[in-house]
Amino acid sequence: MTKEEAPPAPELPVRKASTRKRLVPYWLLLPGIIWLLVFFALPLLYQASTSVQTGSLEKGFEVTWHFRTYWDAFQEYWPQFVRSLLYAGTATLLCLLLGYPLAYMIAFRAGRWRNLALVLVIAPFFTSFLIRTLAWKTILADGGPVVDVLNTLHVLDVTSWLGWTEGDRVLATPMAVVCGLTYNFLPFMILPLYTSLERIDGRLHEAARDLYASPATTFRKVTFPLSMPGVVSGTLLTFIPASGDYVNAELLGSTDTKMVGNVIQSQFLRVLDYPTAAALSFILMAIVLVMVTVYIRRAGTEDLV
Amino acid sequence: MRTMHWIRKNLVVIAGLLTLAYMILPNIVVMVFSFNKPNGRFNYSWQRFSLDAWRDPCGVADMCGSLSLSLQLATWATLGATVLGTMIAFALVRYRFRARGAINSLIFLPMTMPEVVMAASLLTLFLNMGARLGFWTVLIAHVMFCLSFVVTAVKARVMSMDPRLEEAARDLYAGPVQTFVRVTLPIAAPGIAAGALLAFALSFDDFIITNFNAGSTVTFPMFVWGSAQRGTPVQINVIGTAMFVIAVLVVVAGQVVTNRRRRTAAH
Repeated sequence: MTKEEAPPAPELPVRKASTRKRLVPYWLLLPGIIWLLVFFALPLLYQASTSVQTGSLEKGFEVTWHFRTYWDAFQEYWPQFVRSLLYAGTATLLCLLLGYPLAYMIAFRAGRWRNLALVLVIAPFFTSFLIRTLAWKTILADGGPVVDVLNTLHVLDVTSWLGWTEGDRVLATPMAVVCGLTYNFLPFMILPLYTSLERIDGRLHEAARDLYASPATTFRKVTFPLSMPGVVSGTLLTFIPASGDYVNAELLGSTDTKMVGNVIQSQFLRVLDYPTAAALSFILMAIVLVMVTVYIRRAGTEDLV
Repeated sequence: MRTMHWIRKNLVVIAGLLTLAYMILPNIVVMVFSFNKPNGRFNYSWQRFSLDAWRDPCGVADMCGSLSLSLQLATWATLGATVLGTMIAFALVRYRFRARGAINSLIFLPMTMPEVVMAASLLTLFLNMGARLGFWTVLIAHVMFCLSFVVTAVKARVMSMDPRLEEAARDLYAGPVQTFVRVTLPIAAPGIAAGALLAFALSFDDFIITNFNAGSTVTFPMFVWGSAQRGTPVQINVIGTAMFVIAVLVVVAGQVVTNRRRRTAAH
């Protein structure tokens, strides 16, 4: 496993000093790459093997190439998969809608407040995200101000009809989970958006205005296309972790809002059915990889990161 | 009419500020509720003002122990990931060699994988190896997932470095070591610092991967998770608030220092 990544530099016998120089990058890479191979790639292989094992915790597990586990797991837990993709997708869209104006504001309109605004975007990171997620319990509490306002505006009637909320409560409903996901992953959307918006040459905006483009047209034809790298990496950085998250669904949701992360977690740590858990996480990984690949092709940005 | 015009002109700023408010709101709630005196076990509704939790932040069993464990873990994980990551970043930017593409994707992959998948697969590895779950398995995991972020941060900085500065140093008869220590490292330092800071924050705050690989070891996020079921002590809000305030102060102080340096450089 570890021997593969440093292929001996194949070269003709040259002067000794240059051979030594050529090996420098390999020496620099070696420790870090070994770490990633042993603790990132190798575990995935172990997991692949676990997913086709059968047996029990008492008698031990054996590789029996039992691929049915995949099918059974998917059949039993497809609602959680659908829910994960739905919640993560909605949260990603909301992050984009909420995050774009803020990133735009910081990049073009903040002036000397720019650094302060950036600090305020990053600062919440430093209060543990679990503590902040628990704070949403207080904010969305039954009979609290947020629920009251939504109730008075009859928003909850509409959302309940859509199945996002239940009666006059928000906590323990899909809306609470999506709200938590959106909140938790917003910085991951805003920072890449800001980076790509900030790179845009302000003269392009002036040029568009000089050519009689309205602000809306300028945005549609100039600003937004140029910010596409940020949009793509922001949506990926939001969607991927959100689809595997189980913290928001656990803390803000109910048994009806469990996501696939919750299932993987309980299969691994409580039920101790390792093959099913491994199969589930492989299905999740496959779905995410396929979606990401298709998305990157469509969006047409190759130079990510 | 005039107000409508003003609103339309500043629509982006208004929307941006609303998002900012959405992001800060939970931190404000955490801060306010750190002064609460709850009646029962749960600190979810406001009862009355009290400074008790601030006077006695370690008054809850095991909380400060888990906090210090998390700080130690984050320190070592940052050190490991920063050293390994900086080396990789330099190799990738400064040298052309075979397998460069493969290594780039190996580094990119951990960032494009749901955390729960990485957490679960690491646990299968540790179970198969018969490793005892605890401090060391968590440390290994943290170094692993912080590595990619450090590489990305350092790479960005090293890529924008002017190689002529190092050539100049060599022309002035600086040895390779001297060039690295006196020229290369200082220029790359902001990138390395950014990577290290990111690694520290990620490691300190990580819950999912730690939850799978910690065994019975309890880090601070795990303590918070556990207490969410039993009832959260007010002290958790105190720690959260303190972390927030310290972070803002550190960033503001850094800003002031760079501004002053820039000003003196301009003179």
